[in-house]
Amino acid sequence: MQQIINFLIRNKHFLLFLLLLFLSLVFTIQSHSYHKSKFVGSTNFLSGGIYSWQHSISDYFGLKDENTRLLEENERLHNRLSFLEKDSMAIKYVDTISFNRPYTYTKARVIKNDYSKIDNYILINRGKKDSVVPDMGVITDKGIVGIIENTSENYSRIISILNSNSRINAGLKKSNQYGSLIWNGKDPNIVQLETIPRQAILKEGDTIITNGRSTIFPKGIGIGTIVNYKLDQNKSYYLIDIKLFNDMTDIGFVYIIKNSDADEIKSLEKLNHE
Amino acid sequence: MNKDTLLHIGRFVILILIQVMVLNHINFLGALNPYIYIIFILLAPININKSLFIFVSFILGLTIDMFGDSGGVHAAACLIIAFFRPVALRTVFGLSYEFQTVKLNHIGFGEKLVYVTLMVLTHHIVLFSLEIFNFSHILLIAKKTLFSSLFTIVITMLVLVLFRRNDS
Repeated sequence: MQQIINFLIRNKHFLLFLLLLFLSLVFTIQSHSYHKSKFVGSTNFLSGGIYSWQHSISDYFGLKDENTRLLEENERLHNRLSFLEKDSMAIKYVDTISFNRPYTYTKARVIKNDYSKIDNYILINRGKKDSVVPDMGVITDKGIVGIIENTSENYSRIISILNSNSRINAGLKKSNQYGSLIWNGKDPNIVQLETIPRQAILKEGDTIITNGRSTIFPKGIGIGTIVNYKLDQNKSYYLIDIKLFNDMTDIGFVYIIKNSDADEIKSLEKLNHE
Repeated sequence: MNKDTLLHIGRFVILILIQVMVLNHINFLGALNPYIYIIFILLAPININKSLFIFVSFILGLTIDMFGDSGGVHAAACLIIAFFRPVALRTVFGLSYEFQTVKLNHIGFGEKLVYVTLMVLTHHIVLFSLEIFNFSHILLIAKKTLFSSLFTIVITMLVLVLFRRNDS
Protein backbone atom coordinates (compact mmCIF):
# COMPACT_ATOMS: atom_id res chain seq x y z
CA MET A 1 0.00 0.00 0.00
CA GLN A 2 2.76 2.36 0.99
CA GLN A 3 4.48 1.66 -2.28
CA ILE A 4 1.38 2.29 -4.33
CA ILE A 5 0.89 5.65 -2.63
CA ASN A 6 4.53 6.49 -3.15
CA PHE A 7 4.22 5.58 -6.79
CA LEU A 8 1.14 7.78 -7.17
CA ILE A 9 2.87 10.73 -5.51
CA ARG A 10 6.04 10.31 -7.50
CA ASN A 11 4.24 10.18 -10.82
CA LYS A 12 1.41 12.60 -10.06
CA HIS A 13 2.22 14.93 -12.97
CA PHE A 14 2.31 12.10 -15.43
CA LEU A 15 -0.91 10.56 -14.08
CA LEU A 16 -2.69 13.91 -14.25
CA PHE A 17 -1.44 14.27 -17.81
CA LEU A 18 -2.73 10.81 -18.74
CA LEU A 19 -6.10 11.46 -17.11
CA LEU A 20 -6.62 14.77 -18.89
CA LEU A 21 -5.36 13.35 -22.18
CA PHE A 22 -7.85 10.51 -21.88
CA LEU A 23 -10.61 13.04 -21.19
CA SER A 24 -9.73 15.16 -24.22
CA LEU A 25 -9.55 12.09 -26.44
CA VAL A 26 -13.02 11.06 -25.26
CA PHE A 27 -14.33 14.52 -26.20
CA THR A 28 -12.58 14.28 -29.56
CA ILE A 29 -13.97 10.87 -30.40
CA GLN A 30 -17.43 11.95 -29.35
CA SER A 31 -17.19 14.98 -31.59
CA HIS A 32 -16.53 12.68 -34.53
CA SER A 33 -19.72 10.73 -34.07
CA TYR A 34 -23.04 12.26 -34.94
CA HIS A 35 -25.39 13.28 -32.14
CA LYS A 36 -23.00 12.46 -29.34
CA SER A 37 -21.03 15.66 -28.80
CA LYS A 38 -23.00 16.96 -25.87
CA PHE A 39 -20.46 18.07 -23.29
CA VAL A 40 -18.31 20.66 -24.96
CA GLY A 41 -20.23 22.85 -27.33
CA SER A 42 -20.69 26.50 -28.14
CA THR A 43 -24.38 26.54 -27.20
CA ASN A 44 -23.64 27.41 -23.57
CA PHE A 45 -24.33 30.89 -22.23
CA LEU A 46 -20.68 31.99 -22.19
CA SER A 47 -19.63 31.29 -25.77
CA GLY A 48 -23.13 31.84 -27.11
CA GLY A 49 -23.32 35.17 -25.32
CA ILE A 50 -19.91 36.32 -26.52
CA TYR A 51 -20.65 35.30 -30.10
CA SER A 52 -24.00 37.05 -30.20
CA TRP A 53 -22.44 40.18 -28.68
CA GLN A 54 -19.73 40.10 -31.31
CA HIS A 55 -22.30 39.51 -34.00
CA SER A 56 -24.46 42.42 -32.90
CA ILE A 57 -21.48 44.65 -33.80
CA SER A 58 -20.36 42.99 -37.01
CA ASP A 59 -23.97 42.80 -38.22
CA TYR A 60 -23.94 46.41 -39.31
CA PHE A 61 -21.26 45.84 -41.90
CA GLY A 62 -23.33 43.31 -43.83
CA LEU A 63 -26.62 45.22 -43.82
CA LYS A 64 -26.42 46.31 -47.44
CA ASP A 65 -25.85 42.80 -48.80
CA GLU A 66 -28.53 41.47 -46.49
CA ASN A 67 -31.02 44.02 -47.82
CA THR A 68 -30.34 43.11 -51.41
CA ARG A 69 -30.78 39.46 -50.60
CA LEU A 70 -34.09 40.08 -48.84
CA LEU A 71 -35.33 42.20 -51.75
CA GLU A 72 -34.50 39.42 -54.18
CA GLU A 73 -36.28 36.89 -52.02
CA ASN A 74 -39.29 39.20 -51.73
CA GLU A 75 -39.42 39.60 -55.45
CA ARG A 76 -39.38 35.89 -55.99
CA LEU A 77 -42.02 35.23 -53.34
CA HIS A 78 -44.27 37.96 -54.73
CA ASN A 79 -44.05 36.41 -58.14
CA ARG A 80 -44.96 33.02 -56.79
CA LEU A 81 -47.78 34.48 -54.71
CA SER A 82 -49.43 36.14 -57.65
CA PHE A 83 -49.11 32.89 -59.54
CA LEU A 84 -50.75 30.95 -56.72
CA GLU A 85 -53.51 33.49 -56.30
CA LYS A 86 -54.47 33.06 -59.90
CA ASP A 87 -54.49 29.33 -59.33
CA SER A 88 -56.67 29.32 -56.26
CA MET A 89 -59.24 31.61 -57.89
CA ALA A 90 -59.92 28.94 -60.44
CA ILE A 91 -60.41 26.04 -58.05
CA LYS A 92 -61.77 26.81 -54.62
CA TYR A 93 -59.79 24.93 -52.02
CA VAL A 94 -60.77 25.33 -48.42
CA ASP A 95 -57.94 26.02 -46.01
CA THR A 96 -55.25 24.45 -48.17
CA ILE A 97 -52.48 26.06 -46.25
CA SER A 98 -53.14 24.44 -42.91
CA PHE A 99 -54.15 21.09 -44.33
CA ASN A 100 -51.61 20.49 -47.02
CA ARG A 101 -48.48 21.78 -45.42
CA PRO A 102 -47.21 20.39 -42.15
CA TYR A 103 -44.17 22.67 -42.38
CA THR A 104 -43.75 25.97 -40.56
CA TYR A 105 -40.76 28.27 -40.82
CA THR A 106 -39.02 30.28 -38.10
CA LYS A 107 -36.33 32.81 -38.88
CA ALA A 108 -33.03 32.85 -37.00
CA ARG A 109 -29.77 34.75 -37.14
CA VAL A 110 -26.46 32.99 -37.59
CA ILE A 111 -24.00 34.10 -34.92
CA LYS A 112 -21.14 31.76 -35.74
CA ASN A 113 -20.33 30.00 -38.97
CA ASP A 114 -17.41 27.64 -39.68
CA TYR A 115 -16.38 26.31 -43.05
CA SER A 116 -12.65 25.71 -42.91
CA LYS A 117 -12.58 22.55 -40.81
CA ILE A 118 -13.60 18.98 -41.58
CA ASP A 119 -16.51 19.05 -39.13
CA ASN A 120 -18.20 22.40 -39.29
CA TYR A 121 -20.98 23.69 -37.09
CA ILE A 122 -23.14 26.81 -37.21
CA LEU A 123 -24.54 28.57 -34.16
CA ILE A 124 -27.87 30.42 -34.30
CA ASN A 125 -29.73 32.60 -31.83
CA ARG A 126 -32.82 30.42 -31.37
CA GLY A 127 -33.11 27.66 -28.79
CA LYS A 128 -35.49 25.63 -26.66
CA LYS A 129 -37.20 28.88 -25.69
CA ASP A 130 -38.36 29.24 -29.29
CA SER A 131 -39.36 25.54 -29.37
CA VAL A 132 -36.44 24.53 -31.54
CA VAL A 133 -35.57 20.85 -31.07
CA PRO A 134 -32.87 18.62 -32.61
CA ASP A 135 -33.50 17.16 -36.09
CA MET A 136 -35.16 20.21 -37.57
CA GLY A 137 -33.92 21.29 -40.97
CA VAL A 138 -32.32 24.67 -41.60
CA ILE A 139 -32.39 26.50 -44.95
CA THR A 140 -31.80 29.94 -46.42
CA ASP A 141 -33.81 31.47 -49.22
CA LYS A 142 -31.43 29.83 -51.70
CA GLY A 143 -30.89 26.32 -50.37
CA ILE A 144 -30.22 24.02 -47.47
CA VAL A 145 -27.74 24.75 -44.68
CA GLY A 146 -27.90 21.83 -42.26
CA ILE A 147 -29.78 20.15 -39.44
CA ILE A 148 -30.26 21.25 -35.82
CA GLU A 149 -28.10 19.02 -33.68
CA ASN A 150 -28.03 20.43 -30.20
CA THR A 151 -30.08 23.07 -28.43
CA SER A 152 -29.72 25.11 -25.27
CA GLU A 153 -32.12 27.65 -23.76
CA ASN A 154 -31.24 30.48 -26.16
CA TYR A 155 -29.01 28.98 -28.84
CA SER A 156 -28.86 25.99 -31.14
CA ARG A 157 -26.05 24.32 -32.97
CA ILE A 158 -26.51 23.27 -36.58
CA ILE A 159 -24.54 20.43 -38.07
CA SER A 160 -23.62 22.09 -41.34
CA ILE A 161 -23.75 20.23 -44.67
CA LEU A 162 -20.01 20.93 -44.63
CA ASN A 163 -19.49 18.27 -41.97
CA SER A 164 -18.15 14.78 -42.47
CA ASN A 165 -20.91 13.38 -40.24
CA SER A 166 -23.72 14.95 -42.17
CA ARG A 167 -25.84 12.68 -44.40
CA ILE A 168 -28.81 14.31 -46.06
CA ASN A 169 -31.19 12.69 -48.50
CA ALA A 170 -31.11 14.43 -51.83
CA GLY A 171 -32.10 13.62 -55.35
CA LEU A 172 -32.42 14.85 -58.90
CA LYS A 173 -35.07 17.38 -59.73
CA LYS A 174 -36.03 15.79 -63.01
CA SER A 175 -36.31 12.20 -61.82
CA ASN A 176 -36.95 10.38 -58.56
CA GLN A 177 -33.55 8.80 -58.02
CA TYR A 178 -31.96 9.80 -54.76
CA GLY A 179 -28.74 9.42 -52.81
CA SER A 180 -27.06 10.89 -49.77
CA LEU A 181 -25.27 14.18 -49.62
CA ILE A 182 -21.78 14.14 -48.10
CA TRP A 183 -18.77 16.44 -48.01
CA ASN A 184 -15.16 15.47 -48.65
CA GLY A 185 -13.73 18.42 -46.72
CA LYS A 186 -12.01 20.16 -49.59
CA ASP A 187 -13.99 23.00 -51.09
CA PRO A 188 -16.74 24.78 -49.08
CA ASN A 189 -18.70 25.42 -52.30
CA ILE A 190 -18.68 21.85 -53.59
CA VAL A 191 -20.43 18.91 -51.90
CA GLN A 192 -20.78 15.32 -53.08
CA LEU A 193 -23.82 13.20 -53.77
CA GLU A 194 -23.27 9.46 -53.63
CA THR A 195 -25.26 6.29 -54.31
CA ILE A 196 -27.20 7.65 -57.26
CA PRO A 197 -27.80 4.46 -59.31
CA ARG A 198 -26.14 4.27 -62.70
CA GLN A 199 -29.48 4.12 -64.47
CA ALA A 200 -29.95 7.81 -63.78
CA ILE A 201 -29.45 10.10 -66.71
CA LEU A 202 -27.24 12.99 -65.64
CA LYS A 203 -26.06 16.16 -67.27
CA GLU A 204 -23.82 18.91 -66.00
CA GLY A 205 -25.96 21.76 -64.73
CA ASP A 206 -28.83 19.53 -63.54
CA THR A 207 -30.46 20.72 -60.34
CA ILE A 208 -30.27 18.70 -57.13
CA ILE A 209 -33.04 19.14 -54.55
CA THR A 210 -34.08 17.60 -51.26
CA ASN A 211 -36.44 14.74 -51.91
CA GLY A 212 -38.66 14.76 -48.85
CA ARG A 213 -38.02 11.16 -47.86
CA SER A 214 -37.15 12.14 -44.30
CA THR A 215 -39.14 14.21 -41.85
CA ILE A 216 -36.49 16.92 -41.84
CA PHE A 217 -36.77 18.73 -45.15
CA PRO A 218 -39.84 19.12 -47.34
CA LYS A 219 -39.43 18.01 -50.94
CA GLY A 220 -38.05 20.49 -53.41
CA ILE A 221 -35.64 22.67 -51.47
CA GLY A 222 -32.74 23.59 -53.71
CA ILE A 223 -29.24 22.32 -53.00
CA GLY A 224 -27.11 23.01 -56.05
CA THR A 225 -26.21 22.07 -59.59
CA ILE A 226 -24.08 19.24 -60.94
CA VAL A 227 -20.59 20.31 -61.99
CA ASN A 228 -18.98 16.93 -62.44
CA TYR A 229 -19.91 13.25 -62.19
CA LYS A 230 -18.29 9.86 -62.56
CA LEU A 231 -19.08 6.22 -61.84
CA ASP A 232 -17.54 4.71 -58.72
CA GLN A 233 -15.10 1.78 -58.73
CA ASN A 234 -17.77 -0.89 -58.94
CA LYS A 235 -19.43 0.96 -61.82
CA SER A 236 -22.78 0.75 -60.12
CA TYR A 237 -23.24 4.18 -58.58
CA TYR A 238 -22.48 7.71 -59.59
CA LEU A 239 -20.35 10.04 -57.49
CA ILE A 240 -21.47 13.56 -58.25
CA ASP A 241 -19.86 16.92 -57.41
CA ILE A 242 -22.44 19.59 -56.69
CA LYS A 243 -21.95 23.33 -56.63
CA LEU A 244 -24.11 24.73 -53.85
CA PHE A 245 -26.65 27.49 -54.46
CA ASN A 246 -25.75 28.88 -51.04
CA ASP A 247 -22.45 30.54 -50.41
CA MET A 248 -21.70 28.63 -47.21
CA THR A 249 -19.02 31.14 -46.27
CA ASP A 250 -21.54 33.97 -46.13
CA ILE A 251 -24.75 33.11 -44.31
CA GLY A 252 -26.66 35.79 -42.44
CA PHE A 253 -30.24 34.75 -41.76
CA VAL A 254 -31.67 31.26 -41.92
CA TYR A 255 -35.07 29.61 -41.60
CA ILE A 256 -35.72 26.67 -39.30
CA ILE A 257 -38.24 24.19 -40.65
CA LYS A 258 -40.63 22.61 -38.22
CA ASN A 259 -42.51 19.55 -39.39
CA SER A 260 -45.61 19.13 -37.26
CA ASP A 261 -46.09 15.58 -38.55
CA ALA A 262 -42.58 14.47 -37.60
CA ASP A 263 -43.60 12.58 -34.45
CA GLU A 264 -46.42 10.80 -36.22
CA ILE A 265 -44.17 9.68 -39.08
CA LYS A 266 -41.42 8.61 -36.73
CA SER A 267 -43.76 6.49 -34.62
CA LEU A 268 -44.91 4.71 -37.78
CA GLU A 269 -41.32 4.13 -38.83
CA LYS A 270 -40.59 2.66 -35.43
CA LEU A 271 -43.37 0.12 -35.96
CA ASN A 272 -41.58 -0.97 -39.07
CA HIS A 273 -38.39 -1.79 -37.20
CA GLU A 274 -39.94 -3.88 -34.49
CA MET B 1 -1.71 37.42 -6.09
CA ASN B 2 1.33 39.31 -7.23
CA LYS B 3 1.78 41.29 -10.41
CA ASP B 4 3.08 38.36 -12.44
CA THR B 5 0.13 36.12 -11.64
CA LEU B 6 -2.27 38.86 -12.72
CA LEU B 7 -0.28 39.29 -15.91
CA HIS B 8 -0.61 35.61 -16.77
CA ILE B 9 -4.33 35.53 -16.00
CA GLY B 10 -4.84 38.62 -18.15
CA ARG B 11 -2.85 37.08 -20.97
CA PHE B 12 -4.95 33.89 -20.71
CA VAL B 13 -8.24 35.77 -21.11
CA ILE B 14 -7.05 38.19 -23.78
CA LEU B 15 -5.47 35.46 -25.91
CA ILE B 16 -8.65 33.38 -25.81
CA LEU B 17 -10.81 36.35 -26.79
CA ILE B 18 -8.49 37.35 -29.65
CA GLN B 19 -8.31 33.75 -30.85
CA VAL B 20 -12.03 33.04 -30.93
CA MET B 21 -13.24 36.44 -32.08
CA VAL B 22 -10.62 37.41 -34.65
CA LEU B 23 -8.14 34.73 -35.58
CA ASN B 24 -10.59 31.84 -35.97
CA HIS B 25 -12.30 33.82 -38.74
CA ILE B 26 -9.27 34.72 -40.85
CA ASN B 27 -9.41 31.63 -43.11
CA PHE B 28 -6.43 32.82 -45.12
CA LEU B 29 -6.34 31.17 -48.57
CA GLY B 30 -9.52 29.31 -47.79
CA ALA B 31 -8.73 27.47 -44.58
CA LEU B 32 -5.63 28.71 -42.75
CA ASN B 33 -5.92 30.11 -39.25
CA PRO B 34 -3.07 31.00 -36.91
CA TYR B 35 -3.43 29.54 -33.43
CA ILE B 36 -1.49 32.03 -31.37
CA TYR B 37 -3.27 31.34 -28.07
CA ILE B 38 -0.45 28.90 -27.28
CA ILE B 39 1.69 31.97 -26.51
CA PHE B 40 0.28 31.52 -23.03
CA ILE B 41 1.94 28.10 -22.81
CA LEU B 42 5.14 29.36 -24.43
CA LEU B 43 5.53 32.22 -21.97
CA ALA B 44 4.39 30.52 -18.76
CA PRO B 45 7.04 30.91 -16.03
CA ILE B 46 9.69 28.23 -16.06
CA ASN B 47 9.45 27.37 -12.39
CA ILE B 48 5.64 27.02 -12.38
CA ASN B 49 4.05 24.10 -10.50
CA LYS B 50 3.89 21.33 -13.08
CA SER B 51 0.48 19.90 -12.21
CA LEU B 52 -1.07 23.36 -12.16
CA PHE B 53 0.52 24.16 -15.52
CA ILE B 54 -0.81 20.96 -17.12
CA PHE B 55 -4.27 21.61 -15.75
CA VAL B 56 -4.37 25.26 -16.86
CA SER B 57 -3.19 24.32 -20.35
CA PHE B 58 -5.95 21.74 -20.55
CA ILE B 59 -8.53 24.37 -19.57
CA LEU B 60 -7.08 26.77 -22.15
CA GLY B 61 -7.47 24.20 -24.91
CA LEU B 62 -10.92 23.17 -23.75
CA THR B 63 -12.12 26.78 -23.82
CA ILE B 64 -10.94 27.16 -27.41
CA ASP B 65 -12.70 23.87 -28.21
CA MET B 66 -15.88 25.10 -26.62
CA PHE B 67 -15.91 28.18 -28.83
CA GLY B 68 -14.85 26.29 -31.92
CA ASP B 69 -17.11 23.23 -31.50
CA SER B 70 -14.16 20.96 -32.08
CA GLY B 71 -14.62 18.36 -29.34
CA GLY B 72 -11.34 18.05 -27.46
CA VAL B 73 -8.67 18.51 -30.09
CA HIS B 74 -7.23 21.78 -28.81
CA ALA B 75 -7.30 20.46 -25.26
CA ALA B 76 -5.28 17.40 -26.26
CA ALA B 77 -2.79 19.42 -28.31
CA CYS B 78 -2.27 21.97 -25.50
CA LEU B 79 -1.90 19.22 -22.95
CA ILE B 80 0.82 17.52 -24.96
CA ILE B 81 2.90 20.64 -25.57
CA ALA B 82 2.50 21.65 -21.93
CA PHE B 83 3.73 18.25 -20.77
CA PHE B 84 6.65 18.18 -23.18
CA ARG B 85 7.64 21.81 -22.75
CA PRO B 86 10.55 20.94 -20.42
CA VAL B 87 11.95 18.69 -23.14
CA ALA B 88 11.74 21.49 -25.69
CA LEU B 89 13.29 23.95 -23.26
CA ARG B 90 16.14 21.59 -22.47
CA THR B 91 16.82 20.95 -26.16
CA VAL B 92 16.92 24.63 -27.01
CA PHE B 93 18.50 26.25 -23.97
CA GLY B 94 20.55 23.38 -22.58
CA LEU B 95 22.38 24.23 -19.38
CA SER B 96 20.81 27.60 -18.71
CA TYR B 97 17.46 25.84 -18.42
CA GLU B 98 18.83 23.26 -15.99
CA PHE B 99 19.93 26.07 -13.70
CA GLN B 100 16.62 27.85 -14.16
CA THR B 101 18.35 31.05 -15.17
CA VAL B 102 16.76 31.43 -18.56
CA LYS B 103 14.37 34.38 -18.89
CA LEU B 104 11.86 33.92 -21.70
CA ASN B 105 11.71 37.66 -22.25
CA HIS B 106 15.42 38.05 -22.73
CA ILE B 107 16.47 35.33 -25.12
CA GLY B 108 18.02 35.82 -28.52
CA PHE B 109 15.98 35.79 -31.70
CA GLY B 110 17.47 32.54 -33.01
CA GLU B 111 16.82 30.55 -29.85
CA LYS B 112 13.34 32.01 -29.57
CA LEU B 113 12.57 30.98 -33.14
CA VAL B 114 13.74 27.40 -32.59
CA TYR B 115 11.74 27.13 -29.36
CA VAL B 116 8.56 28.54 -30.96
CA THR B 117 8.94 26.35 -34.05
CA LEU B 118 9.37 23.20 -32.00
CA MET B 119 6.32 23.89 -29.84
CA VAL B 120 4.07 25.09 -32.68
CA LEU B 121 4.91 22.12 -34.90
CA THR B 122 4.15 19.62 -32.12
CA HIS B 123 0.90 21.41 -31.31
CA HIS B 124 -0.26 21.54 -34.91
CA ILE B 125 0.60 17.93 -35.70
CA VAL B 126 -1.50 16.72 -32.76
CA LEU B 127 -4.23 19.24 -33.49
CA PHE B 128 -4.78 18.38 -37.14
CA SER B 129 -4.31 14.63 -36.69
CA LEU B 130 -7.11 14.63 -34.13
CA GLU B 131 -9.26 17.13 -35.99
CA ILE B 132 -9.23 15.19 -39.23
CA PHE B 133 -8.98 11.84 -37.44
CA ASN B 134 -8.56 9.75 -40.52
CA PHE B 135 -5.29 8.27 -41.67
CA SER B 136 -6.43 8.07 -45.27
CA HIS B 137 -6.24 11.87 -45.22
CA ILE B 138 -2.61 11.89 -44.10
CA LEU B 139 -1.58 14.21 -46.91
CA LEU B 140 -4.24 16.70 -45.96
CA ILE B 141 -2.99 16.53 -42.35
CA ALA B 142 0.59 17.17 -43.47
CA LYS B 143 -0.43 20.04 -45.72
CA LYS B 144 -2.59 21.73 -43.12
CA THR B 145 0.06 21.25 -40.43
CA LEU B 146 2.81 22.72 -42.58
CA PHE B 147 1.00 25.82 -43.81
CA SER B 148 -0.81 26.56 -40.56
CA SER B 149 2.45 26.16 -38.64
CA LEU B 150 4.21 28.67 -40.89
CA PHE B 151 1.37 31.11 -40.40
CA THR B 152 1.28 30.58 -36.62
CA ILE B 153 5.07 30.85 -36.26
CA VAL B 154 5.22 34.13 -38.18
CA ILE B 155 2.38 35.71 -36.19
CA THR B 156 3.70 34.35 -32.87
CA MET B 157 7.18 35.73 -33.51
CA LEU B 158 5.69 39.09 -34.45
CA VAL B 159 3.64 39.18 -31.26
CA LEU B 160 6.59 38.11 -29.12
CA VAL B 161 8.85 40.76 -30.62
CA LEU B 162 6.29 43.56 -30.61
CA PHE B 163 4.98 42.96 -27.09
CA ARG B 164 8.32 42.31 -25.43
CA ARG B 165 8.55 43.71 -21.93
CA ASN B 166 11.49 45.98 -21.53
CA ASP B 167 11.57 46.30 -17.74
CA SER B 168 14.49 45.12 -15.59
